[in-house]
Amino acid sequence: MTPTQPHEELARIRGLMDRSTRFLSLSGLSGVIAGVLGLGGAAVARWYMDQHAVLRSAPLTYDASLLAEAYWSHVMVLAGIACTVLVLAVAGALWFTLRRSRRLGQSLWDASARRMAINLALPLAAGGVFCLALIWHGLPGLVAPATLLFYGLALLNASKYTLDEIRWLGLSEVVLGLIASFWIGAGLLFWALGFGVLHIFYGALMYLRHERSGTASHEE
Amino acid sequence: MIEKLNKLFESRVRLGIMAVLAVNEWVDHAQLKELLGVTDGNLASHLAALEEAKYVQVRKRFVGKRPNTSYKSTAAGNKAFRAHLDAIEGLLPKP
Repeated sequence: MTPTQPHEELARIRGLMDRSTRFLSLSGLSGVIAGVLGLGGAAVARWYMDQHAVLRSAPLTYDASLLAEAYWSHVMVLAGIACTVLVLAVAGALWFTLRRSRRLGQSLWDASARRMAINLALPLAAGGVFCLALIWHGLPGLVAPATLLFYGLALLNASKYTLDEIRWLGLSEVVLGLIASFWIGAGLLFWALGFGVLHIFYGALMYLRHERSGTASHEE
Repeated sequence: MIEKLNKLFESRVRLGIMAVLAVNEWVDHAQLKELLGVTDGNLASHLAALEEAKYVQVRKRFVGKRPNTSYKSTAAGNKAFRAHLDAIEGLLPKP
């Protein structure tokens, strides 16, 4: 074919290159639901910490010795809240993304999805183990900054294989994590900002840009 | 400018194959079929033409018990694809 419409031909080629490398069915609503759950989890954690005076006087700071033998039980409760939020958020994200990929007529678990998932998972796994080490050494105050930093870096890494907004979300999480590491003790606040507010903001942005209009550049 | 367009890429399917292979390492037959939305036979004949031009290399192996054929663009293939893109861009009206 002699490209009589070179514009269209270039757009088609670009679309193919994008679709074959990037996972574009990621739904912005995934971020919104994750953010709402994150804020909910932070509220429950706040309530739990208010119930225990010892946590208020030493709000999970460096000085774990203040918490003494209660340390592990508090850690377990807070970790339990975090894990519940994580599981629900991942389930919600999968559900919205599955719905969107069906609508686009693309398979959810194709090569680009696998590539994005593995690039997200590797830094996250390293961060997870590192956070366990922090808790083990009695440094829970550094967990919030560390989770934000590793999560941000994981997103940054995975952003090459999905929507561009993920790159900005990742960068924002990294910046927040860096600020949080100089503000030990306000970990829960930064968690709520990072996993709640940022998710809702970028999720809504992605939804408005790529899904609501139906004229998304990546869709055909 | 027109004469710089690669004859082999006159087919939308062949150009599509090269586009996918330009940004991926090995891509198997099923993935190409899904991305391009063509039939097995159609895809196979276009791939054969590209292979003959030494623009793609083929790898056949077994994944479990099922045969799996993957394709990768060669250096020559990538070069030809980029040159073709430049030629298409040359057809665009100058701003």
